[in-house]
Amino acid sequence: MRFKRSLISGSIALFAVSGQAFAAKPTDGSIGFQEAATPVMEQLVHFHNVWLMTIITAITLFVMVLMAYILFRFNHKRNPVPSKTSHNTLIEVVWTIVPVLILLVMVVPSMKLLYFQDVIPESDMTIKVTGNTWNWEYAYPEYEDKVESFVSNVLEEADAKAAGKPYLLGTDAPLVVPVDTTVKVLVTSANNLHSFAMPAFGIKMDAVPGRINETWFKVTKEGTYFGQCSELCGERHAFMPIEIEVVSKTKFDQWVNNGGAFPTQLSEVKGGGVSAAPK
Amino acid sequence: MVSIYGDDAHDHDDGKPGFWARWFYSTNHKDIGTLYLIFGIISGLIGGYLSFMMRMELGEPGIQVFDSYHTYNVFVSMHGLIMIFFMVMPALIGGFGNWFVPIMIGAPDMAFPRMNNLSFWLLPVALICLMISFFVPGSAAGNGFGGGWVMYPPLSTSGSPGPAFDFIIIGLLAAGFSSIFGAINFITTILNMRAPGMTMHKMPLFAWGVLVTAFLLLLALPVLAAALFMLFTDRIDGGTGFFNPAMGGDPEMFQHLFWFFGHPEVYIMILPAFGIVSHVISTFSKKPIFGYLGMAYAMVAIGVVGFVVWAHHMYTVGMDVNLKAYFLAATLVIAVPTGVKIFSWLATMWGGSITMTLPMLWANAFIFLFVVGGVTGVVLANAGVDAALHDTYYVVAHFHYVLSMGAVFGIFTGFYYWFGKMFGVMYNKFWGAVHFWLFFVGVNMVFFPQHFLGMQGMPRRYVDYPVEFSLYNQISTYGAYVTLAGVAAFFVMLIWSLIIKRVPADDNYWGEGATTLEWTLPSPPPYHQFNTLPRISDDDGH
Ligand SMILES: [Cu+2]
Repeated sequence: MRFKRSLISGSIALFAVSGQAFAAKPTDGSIGFQEAATPVMEQLVHFHNVWLMTIITAITLFVMVLMAYILFRFNHKRNPVPSKTSHNTLIEVVWTIVPVLILLVMVVPSMKLLYFQDVIPESDMTIKVTGNTWNWEYAYPEYEDKVESFVSNVLEEADAKAAGKPYLLGTDAPLVVPVDTTVKVLVTSANNLHSFAMPAFGIKMDAVPGRINETWFKVTKEGTYFGQCSELCGERHAFMPIEIEVVSKTKFDQWVNNGGAFPTQLSEVKGGGVSAAPK
Repeated sequence: MVSIYGDDAHDHDDGKPGFWARWFYSTNHKDIGTLYLIFGIISGLIGGYLSFMMRMELGEPGIQVFDSYHTYNVFVSMHGLIMIFFMVMPALIGGFGNWFVPIMIGAPDMAFPRMNNLSFWLLPVALICLMISFFVPGSAAGNGFGGGWVMYPPLSTSGSPGPAFDFIIIGLLAAGFSSIFGAINFITTILNMRAPGMTMHKMPLFAWGVLVTAFLLLLALPVLAAALFMLFTDRIDGGTGFFNPAMGGDPEMFQHLFWFFGHPEVYIMILPAFGIVSHVISTFSKKPIFGYLGMAYAMVAIGVVGFVVWAHHMYTVGMDVNLKAYFLAATLVIAVPTGVKIFSWLATMWGGSITMTLPMLWANAFIFLFVVGGVTGVVLANAGVDAALHDTYYVVAHFHYVLSMGAVFGIFTGFYYWFGKMFGVMYNKFWGAVHFWLFFVGVNMVFFPQHFLGMQGMPRRYVDYPVEFSLYNQISTYGAYVTLAGVAAFFVMLIWSLIIKRVPADDNYWGEGATTLEWTLPSPPPYHQFNTLPRISDDDGH
């Protein structure tokens, strides 16, 4: 706690400004993905909406219309004498080959997306995420002399309202990263499985004890982003959200030089955390 | 008529033993089939109750029903285990498999009648173990096991130290052995006891479905049993550390073992339903199955490929990208034989003389809903997209479309198709139709909106959710009420048809379209059928 408490007033000003910015969270009643904030998610949304949705909607409609037609046309009143056809090699070959072709067309952009998403590019900075029962702990290995690792807890309903954050998404201490920066994320767990997920970034990576998994993101838009733990981790699985504050590079440097502080952080550990932030 | 039972065969009581001996020591495949069906209905009520409470909780944001978050997780976990191991599998394989596989292939009974008895009676024991687990300590958070039906460590080892999970291990091992014995029985029966002239390539598709399923069970369940044993020894203080990184183990190894069982399990639950739907479609179109051989070998292909795609359940565990690419491609391959099935059903109806009876309605609904669940499966197979959808409600919607609507609609298709044959009385058409329509509307209301929740990012197994997910959760919960009304209509139908107004069923009440051997017997069939084995001539259809 070298810097945090003494610099609270300074950081309030910093976050008051960014608090007004864009916030990515789920929209009630929406039928699509959340708005993409990274190139990976943009490509993912494009592949899903343009390729997959076209193919699966066409297949479903085709089967539905064909079925309705058959049930109408070959009803026993309209067609009292059934045919006895039970083989037609040509059509059987066609309905085997055509799906294969459709899948071949689909697999190309799918593989492109997978390799783009999964092969981590040269990164500008690294953050380390550790899942605890039941909160997240964030560390900045490159800035560890300035920013201590800290624990991010869910805000209680009243506190969330006071902070102007959505309940069950807002935390007392968001992960702070700079915009337009390739960030490598190391994910691990202190005990049970968890999964570090951020819908708007198109990332989801399991936190596994004894393993360090890697993923990456490069956010193109400043703002606050919300995600939730996505692997069953016990009693308070629904109560360990992920909040990421994406700020300009200048603000990020400022935040780091201030020692990384949060006006809303209530305590080091809340909600029965097993692994506390190092003092 | 010559009978090995001599005079008994001429008795008016058909050689049936007394009540206790008949239902508790039973070795008769039809009685055991009936026991399985009753057991499936009871488990379905328990599993259904658990899911209904979950929907009540999720009707709006905040905590409604479950003061203890742990208890909610217990309900989630037990709903999955009970519906899969104690409802769908007993009904489809144990129930219809026992009832109709021997009859359809012209056999007097199953190959190992006493083992058949053991297979069934292991299941109530297993279910009792699972029920006990609700009431004994699971973790510090309370009674019961809340680690999901997938039972991933460390939550199922160090995370649930209490005896609740030990009871689940014992119960699942018992259920697993029940299934393995059943599988051995079906394989032996089908391979050795077909009537003269009943070649493999003349065998009804339901028997094909059960045969492939039995092989999947035989190969997949021992892996589950091994994984459960490893969990068991890992849980002992000072025991092993297969899945404990502090002892050089790896929790991800469990996930590989589990899904090596778990993915074939998906086909175990659907292949017998494929068989039932084929017979119903053929019967009510008054046409033989289109592309019979393609249909049979499509099931074999699905079974074989089903063993090499398991890690598509694990795209987010941190696998190598090339491995993900392999599982992506292999998974998509399954769409091809599945497509063959769908198109062959449509082609069977094409040119037919279709009567829209209740079983035909269920079968057509099955095809449509299975297509919807199938195409979302294709979406999820794409590892890149799965990063957004994995462990969200999209996955919940997907697998309920293939199970809660696929397998369960398959069960009801068979139930209404064979109702008169099994019970000797016809189902009540009105209450059957009410059951169908309420159920169809209800489950679609419950699960269709969940696709949208998943795309917006709502994770699974959440007792509470942000207000941003309210609308679709609310619709989903209303759907649960409609489904519940459908279940009530099912029981009214049962009471009406079996007790209030009994309408005797003819031998072949579906007429010329129904060509398999069960339709040559009275309804219900005699206690021992085929004392003289039927002969299947060359020109008989399937
Ligand atoms: Cu978690």
